[in-house]
Amino acid sequence: MEFSSRARLKHARLAGDRREQYPHSLQFYLEPPMESISLVEFESFAVDRLKLLKVIENLGVSHVRGTDVYKSKLESELRKLKFPYRALAEDDYEARRKDHISHFILRLAYCQSEDLRRWFLQQEMDLFRYRFNELTESLMQKFLEHANLSFEAIGEDLKNELANELSTSTPGFNLTKVKEQMFFKVGLADAVDLFRARKVFIKDGFAYVPFKEIDVIVLNNYRTKLSKALALTARSLPSIQSDERLQPLLNHLSHSYVGPDYSIQKNTGKISLEQIDALSVKSFPLCMRQLHRALRDSHHLRHGGRMQYGLFLKGIGLTLEQALEFWKKEFIRGKVDADKFDKGYAYSIRHSYGKEGRRTDYTPYSCMKIIMSNPPSQGDYHGCPFRHSDPELLKQKLQSYKIPPSGITQVLELVKGVHYQLACQKFFELTHDVDDIGFSLNHPNQYFTESQKLLNGGRELKKEFNNSGNFQQKNNSQESTNSSSTPTSSNAKADTELEGLEAYFTED
Amino acid sequence: MAPFEPAALPELLPVFYRRLFPHGPYGRWLSYGGVKNYFQLREFSFTLRDDVYLRFQSFSSPQELERELQKINPYKIDIGAVYSHRPNQHNTVHLGAFQPQEKELVFDIDMTDYDDVRSCCSSADICSKCWTLMTIAVRIIDRALVEDLGVRHRLWVYSGRRGVHCWVCDDAVRKWSPALRAAAVEYLSLVKGGADTVKKVNLSHPVHPFIRHSVNVVEKYFEEYALRGQDILGSPEKWDKVLALIPEEHREALQAEFPRRKDSVQRWELLRARLERTRGRPAAQGPCYADWEVMLQFCFPRLDINVSKGLNHLLKSPFSVHPKTGRVSVPLDLQRLDQFDPFAVPTITSLCQELDTANSDGEQEDGGATEPKRRTRDYKKTSLAPYVRVFEQFVEGMESARRGERIRRSDLQGDF
Repeated sequence: MEFSSRARLKHARLAGDRREQYPHSLQFYLEPPMESISLVEFESFAVDRLKLLKVIENLGVSHVRGTDVYKSKLESELRKLKFPYRALAEDDYEARRKDHISHFILRLAYCQSEDLRRWFLQQEMDLFRYRFNELTESLMQKFLEHANLSFEAIGEDLKNELANELSTSTPGFNLTKVKEQMFFKVGLADAVDLFRARKVFIKDGFAYVPFKEIDVIVLNNYRTKLSKALALTARSLPSIQSDERLQPLLNHLSHSYVGPDYSIQKNTGKISLEQIDALSVKSFPLCMRQLHRALRDSHHLRHGGRMQYGLFLKGIGLTLEQALEFWKKEFIRGKVDADKFDKGYAYSIRHSYGKEGRRTDYTPYSCMKIIMSNPPSQGDYHGCPFRHSDPELLKQKLQSYKIPPSGITQVLELVKGVHYQLACQKFFELTHDVDDIGFSLNHPNQYFTESQKLLNGGRELKKEFNNSGNFQQKNNSQESTNSSSTPTSSNAKADTELEGLEAYFTED
Repeated sequence: MAPFEPAALPELLPVFYRRLFPHGPYGRWLSYGGVKNYFQLREFSFTLRDDVYLRFQSFSSPQELERELQKINPYKIDIGAVYSHRPNQHNTVHLGAFQPQEKELVFDIDMTDYDDVRSCCSSADICSKCWTLMTIAVRIIDRALVEDLGVRHRLWVYSGRRGVHCWVCDDAVRKWSPALRAAAVEYLSLVKGGADTVKKVNLSHPVHPFIRHSVNVVEKYFEEYALRGQDILGSPEKWDKVLALIPEEHREALQAEFPRRKDSVQRWELLRARLERTRGRPAAQGPCYADWEVMLQFCFPRLDINVSKGLNHLLKSPFSVHPKTGRVSVPLDLQRLDQFDPFAVPTITSLCQELDTANSDGEQEDGGATEPKRRTRDYKKTSLAPYVRVFEQFVEGMESARRGERIRRSDLQGDF
């Protein structure tokens, strides 16, 4: 009894302390976290914040910031990911702690290049702006005091003295309004955008800013602080990167995909080869549709294309046997004969299914991976069409798919803004005739799954069995034994079409 | 006084840099109290004869600068930024590490930018009539610098031919980012548009105090400068140009009345009175400020943002000689601004002649290293003296401010 009540007391005391540590639902992230955390927590916090920032990016492009729909979507995402979402939430300690720690972890990952810094800064600013504007006036004041921002409110006497000047220089403020609102004396550097456009009264090197505009000032301040901090972090990065536990995670965070990896196929065997042509038009993302078309047309794909498309097919449910049949049938129509296929290509297909060599089950590529690594060159068809295609050619392709011109314009705008995944999302919306894709696109297999869900009304994928499939299976297993007994080295004639199998041994 | 001949420069410049250039106060200015290597990290650039251009010159001390000036005798001196490393060693620095750190905030106001509104001269020419534009510009900008931007130490300099420069030297301002500098220029800009814009000033209600103050300044000079000097309403051709800037509802009436008035002064009064009557209008109809807009379009300063924005921009140094006119870039005395006459500014030729005359009153002959002090103070015997005095006052102003700041800080710390 005693024991438990003491424990309860201790808990209560701790709760009080914790509230002091994070008195507000938002912060300027001036002090790095000082506690120890597990690597698991380190990683999960970072990944969650990354998801959040990506949603913020998405929302920022699809909706006007500050509108109700924007705010409600952002709030639901914050709740889902367990970040602070309401200014006055009681016992928000865990969420605020997670917010604090995850911000600093992502700084490590996102300070490394100009592009990463810019992206991180933009999303963090949007997040801050949302949170700051959710505060009530009195909470805002408390927060600013707590943050020690040197914005002093001017006294009534001074305000009366300057009333005329304030009302003629501040848009929307007649004398009455000037008397009502608080005005802050702010350094010129903090009010750059206001004073450059003469939207504020300045005197003696200070700007007199109404409370209404204070969020712009605070945001500028935040941007300056964070920008400097990122630059500083970048300089201390070498020592962080030498930590073996952190280095892989940090490297992956800035290039990472955060979502299901489609390596565990729930739908294995549910797709028949005959369906692929139709599926490629209905439910494949543009990159895979393009690869499939190229394969059908030239009866061949180079290594990059085989990897990207082959793993995608695995992800949508093609079994190893089906895959072998699929590729062989197509390649034979080209310049490759059955024997050559078995000796070269079959091995690598089995390898990517984890049945050879290291027996790692390779995962289908995410959008991030496709966009950022291994750009296609002449004769390649892999990559992301929104990223790698010439916009003019992309436009023609979309036109040939009968996408309406207004839709094409929207897609091209997104491409111009470097929002490739959003462009693909728009493509999904246009081809499926929906207004809102309803999810954040990060992976080609996700595109496929969602598309199928939409088209089949959420029903399970139809299971199709045909005799030919079974027959092929038998054949394939025979072939596989053949191939496995033939060492690849004996085929190491300079046969350029087989393209050096070493390439298969690089992990994704 | 013999006129200035550019061909004489090679002969005159050595005399200038030995006996006229105010090395003392100049060095004190740019040392800024000896703070952290400031002088050593400063870029100077020299232009030699035949337009040979030497950038990234830097010196370990004002004395070394003086020696080099007397050795090289440049046609023109430009001052650049204070860099992260000694500019003369910039090639040894890792690419990207050599960056400008601080610089004075500078403004360059050039008479050619007013060609669309002055009828007396164009391009490089100036006359006493249009010089008033520079006076107005200095007054407007200086007021804004001091009262609005809170600046204290600024040096206004005649450029030597057709304009003025301003050097803002406050400690804090020298650290301003390019963005802040650009913002300051934008704040000070009212005349917008190029050759294809007819109406370059547009005001909306309510009018910002900065604009109101500026109009007050223009009003003081407008009658003399624009109505009498430029005679902007002197003929139908001229007044049509002005009426093009007024809203249509007023044009017809004024067009009808103008011929019946005898001069620009009377016509302007008509125009002004008519527009002032609109000021009492309720907000819906909107008070009209077209008369102010006209005044500003004809008189308000036109700044080149590129000069002010960049930290690495080079600007002609005070007391540099203008290679085409021979005139020395002298500081302006703000107390006597209205009396300033650009045509009375001494040229290097006239100054050397004055020295000769002073010499013939028993000066000792060339003695190498003897009496360098007396030599470098020879400017006192010439008409350069009052300008150097203004410069010295400017430098002393900064030095006393620095002393005051030091005392204040040591008081705070409780030092004895």
